[in-house]
Parts: sequence; C-alpha cells; structure tokens
Amino acid sequence: MTPITPIHYLILAAALFALGTIGVLTRRNVVIVLMSIELILNAVNLNLVAFSRMWGLEGQVFSIFVITDAAAEAAVGLGILIAFFRNKETVNVDEVDLLKW
Amino acid sequence: MAPVATTFFFYLLSALALMGGVLVITRRNAVHSALALILTLLALAGIYLMLYAPFVAGVQIILYAGGIMVLFLFVIMLVNLERAEKEKQFNKQWVIAVLASFALGILFVEILNRSRILHELMQKPSAQLAETSNTQQIGIVLYGNYMFAFEIASLLLLVAIVGAVVMAKKRI
Repeated sequence: MTPITPIHYLILAAALFALGTIGVLTRRNVVIVLMSIELILNAVNLNLVAFSRMWGLEGQVFSIFVITDAAAEAAVGLGILIAFFRNKETVNVDEVDLLKW
Repeated sequence: MAPVATTFFFYLLSALALMGGVLVITRRNAVHSALALILTLLALAGIYLMLYAPFVAGVQIILYAGGIMVLFLFVIMLVNLERAEKEKQFNKQWVIAVLASFALGILFVEILNRSRILHELMQKPSAQLAETSNTQQIGIVLYGNYMFAFEIASLLLLVAIVGAVVMAKKRI
C-alpha cells in the first residue's frame, strides 16, 4: 500500500467540497442546504489542517477561525429559517421569493 | 510516538466521512441528515488527530458535533418538517447542479495533481509539529500574531448572537 501523503487528505477534502456543493445546489429543504454548507466548511478545514502538516501551525489557527465563522453562520441562518417558517409555513428554498417581483 | 496503521485508518475514516456526506445530501428526513453529518464530523476529527492537530480535533467534536449540531436538531424540532418530507426533495436543476459539482471536483483534483508548489512542498520534510504541546503552541500563535483577527472573531460572534435573537424573536 502506498503511504498516505498530504495529497490524499487534499483529495478527500475536494470530494467533501463537491458533495457539499451538490447538496447546496440540489436540495429544496433549507435545513439540509445549511448542513451542506457545513460540509463545505469542513472540507476547507481539512485543507487547512493538511497544509499545516506541511507548513506550520498557522493552518490550524485558521481552521479555528473557520469553525467560529461556521458557528456564527449556523446561528444566523437558522434564525432566518425560523423567522421565514413563521411567515410562510414552508422550508423550501424555491418558495423563498419574498424579494422577487 | 510513530503513527500506527496510518493507511488503514485513513481509508476507514475517509470512507466514513464520505458515506456521511452522501447520506447528508440524500436523506429525506432532516434528522437523519443531521445524524449523518455528525458521523462525518467525528470521522474528520479522527483525521485531524492523524494530522497531529489534537486541539482542532477537540474543538471539532465539542463545538461542531456538540454545539452546532445541537442547534440544528433544535431547529429541526421547532420547525415542522412533516410537510416538507412528503414533497419533492430535489429541485428542477439537479442534473446540471450535479454535473457542475463533478466538474468542480475534477478541477480541484487536477489542480492538486499539477500544482508545482505543492509538489515542491511535499519534497521538503514535513513541518515539525509538537505532539505534546499542540494546544500551547496554538495559543501562542493565536494570541500573538493573530490577536487582532481573534478580537474580530469575537465581535463577529457577538453580531451573530444579536442577529440570531433579532431574527428568531416574534416581536422586538
């Protein structure tokens, strides 16, 4: 078996990122779209940590910042979802058209 | 300590992570998706441990699997998803979306394969990351070079808290 190099981790991160974009672009349920965004952010984190293996500690510090962003994004996104559900009784993305005219 | 059976654990954990990811984007029930996402997050925490990043792995488990996913599950319980479960789960442009995402993934892999700087970086011996004092080292970097970014992040969290409360409150 070949030894595991950082390229392996980066390819895994690319696959997770592609899965996340598929989720964001195809699903109609807002909750699952937000979860797919978390998948994308995790792929980025994996990239950063894999690079920190080659470069130094900065990648890990940046991944902590990304986790902070993910927490903020999830809180605001889910708040918007609750407000939207209260108004329209639906969680489908393609029915979010209040700003369309 | 030298790593043990890295190849086996890498393939095991990445299979778990990818399986969780596929389940997240295909399940009809949002609770099942959330549980699959937790599986992915835990597998990634294991991979961080393999990359000598125990602090990030701990933060991943405590903050992601423990905090953010509980928030998701709370909202799933608050919002009535029964009607959404009976409806169509994928929108009309799903074929194009899947093709575009595959193209994006292939682009990433090609870039990784061809990037000269990455291969130069691989030739060098990997950075000597301390195993036992990882948390201490991260603390030194975080409160040293990245002090300002750290403060900005705390401000961002404050804004997010206020924003979430304003969004979710009935009458302000």
